[in-house]
Amino acid sequence: MNHWIIAPVVLPALLAPLIGFVMRHDVPLARTASVAGTLALMAIAVGLFVMSMGDPQVYYLGDWPAPFGIVLVLDRLSALMVLLTTVLAFIVLIHAIATGWDARGWHFHALFQFQLMGIIGAFLTGDIFNLFVFFEILLIASYGLMIHSGGRERMRAGLQYVVINLAGSTLFLFALGVLYASTGTLNMADLAVRMQEVPEGEAALVRVAAMLLMIVFALKAALFPIQFWLPGTYANAPAPVAALFAIMTKVGAYSILRIHTLIFGPGIEATHGLPGTWLFPAAIVTIAIGALGVLGARRLMPLIAFSVLGSMGTLMVAISAFTPVATTAALYYLVHSTFSAAALFLMADLVITRRQSDWLSARPATVQNGLFAALFFAAAIAMAGMPPLSGFLGKLLVLDALRDPGIIGWAWSAVLIGSLVTIVGFARAGSLLFWKSTSIAVDLPPAPDTGEDAPAPSAAEIAARRPVGVAEVAPTMAALAVLGAITIFAGPLTSFLDGTTAQLFDREGYVTSVLKLETEG
Amino acid sequence: MEIVIASTVGTLTAAGIYLILRLRAFAIILGLALLSYAVNIFLFASGRLAINMPPILNPYGDAAYTDPLPQALVLTAIVISFGMTAVLVMVALGAFLESDDDRIDIEEPATEGPEQGTGKGEAGAS
Repeated sequence: MNHWIIAPVVLPALLAPLIGFVMRHDVPLARTASVAGTLALMAIAVGLFVMSMGDPQVYYLGDWPAPFGIVLVLDRLSALMVLLTTVLAFIVLIHAIATGWDARGWHFHALFQFQLMGIIGAFLTGDIFNLFVFFEILLIASYGLMIHSGGRERMRAGLQYVVINLAGSTLFLFALGVLYASTGTLNMADLAVRMQEVPEGEAALVRVAAMLLMIVFALKAALFPIQFWLPGTYANAPAPVAALFAIMTKVGAYSILRIHTLIFGPGIEATHGLPGTWLFPAAIVTIAIGALGVLGARRLMPLIAFSVLGSMGTLMVAISAFTPVATTAALYYLVHSTFSAAALFLMADLVITRRQSDWLSARPATVQNGLFAALFFAAAIAMAGMPPLSGFLGKLLVLDALRDPGIIGWAWSAVLIGSLVTIVGFARAGSLLFWKSTSIAVDLPPAPDTGEDAPAPSAAEIAARRPVGVAEVAPTMAALAVLGAITIFAGPLTSFLDGTTAQLFDREGYVTSVLKLETEG
Repeated sequence: MEIVIASTVGTLTAAGIYLILRLRAFAIILGLALLSYAVNIFLFASGRLAINMPPILNPYGDAAYTDPLPQALVLTAIVISFGMTAVLVMVALGAFLESDDDRIDIEEPATEGPEQGTGKGEAGAS
């Protein structure tokens, strides 16, 4: 048994309380520990990624045999998601430290590590009740991060976020109860076996459970009609936290992908046609809401939040097809949309600090207006899906995969029109923020290298006039560099993702590895 | 037995949903608590209802037993929902103290005015 599989869950679980209890009064120490921990996590994730190339590897907790104990399963998809999480986390962490966000409230680093533990655990687990537990861990950490450093609007948005997710958790438990009552197991591989032989009378119950699970995961993935929490949450969260949350919607998308390829996969009579019937139209409407939100937003943070919503719609359109080609496209788009959302939020944080407002209105140009304009331009064309960055390739792959006559009309028009409207929205925002601002006379010389004016400006004003440092801009650049890399290496990446998809659709292989069928039979 | 459990779950769920739809923080906390009670009883029943039976297998064979797994699930769910309720109360209190209002809706600021936290930038500097 390969004990490295549980290491990315155990490491943050041990580190977080240590940071929370021992290092809470020592900011530099907590920062060092957090960065070291995240770097170690990234190293472990790279190791697991290399190890995952063969058959799925299984970790039996407490060495209990498979359907009875909890298992962690490392296959190519979960290894990819863990690697994605740790790289994103490292970028976000550096940004939070460089901009001082982590010191504006208590326990940022402890909550950050708990958040990583929950996300990584959710990707690795092979037991559906354990998935619920990891969901709760990542949620409870995200509640703390969401209201980090407080403030009136943020607390109220945080309360909304907590309430809607608690309601979602209740639904999750109802779904698990129905699933257990009708199949008698909670191990995903065992569920996949039992689902093949569901008796006629239980089919309706199983369908109810599948539908409830889909609602829960769609809530996490922010699909219509339960997407309302996302703009309010992301727009009011601290910007680095919003950038980290870019992976949280992907947890919902991952869960839908996993559950519907493994448990309720093709060929199961009881749940036949569920994703096509419900997921696909919901995703189409989500794209529309996201695009219109981008067009109508009057502040920068909601604008980015709506663009994230639109990208989740595109992702779910690709996922809802459940063909290998579409899934490969969806995985590519998933990697892309995570980093482009993070780049936009990190960039927005730098800009909002300089402008002291996130309203989309013309104000005197900030220091380094050109730099911010360039960053915004790059991140926006990535998110909107224009060449040359990976958003274009991702949308091209998605469109190419959705050629089925029944869906091509809706899917193509939604994605294409949505992209056009998003481009218009981003162009309007960018020209207001960076272009018109240059034509407004500056009241005060920006004084880029000094903050020692006579009338003692406030801390926010000093921060606003200070040009951005290398450490502050590096995380945004890094996120954009990742986007550039997945554009340049799109060929190798998609052929790798083809293998991931093939493994994902190989239900027998997963079940055999987890339940060790060949040794018994 | 079945009708008692079923109607309990139904009543608790209905009351919980009604309270959540009130859109005031205190009512929602109560509503979510009722929902979590409902789901705990529901989970308990998902292993089939059995009275006066031990949740352990008898080593000698045929003695009846009740499914122990739902009991473990309920225990986990109780612990989690207890912790979550505590967090919810703290966040709701924080939101109430910040804004003197316990409604859940957020009204968008209509115009670009003085904003939370950041203050008015260049107006003060000029």
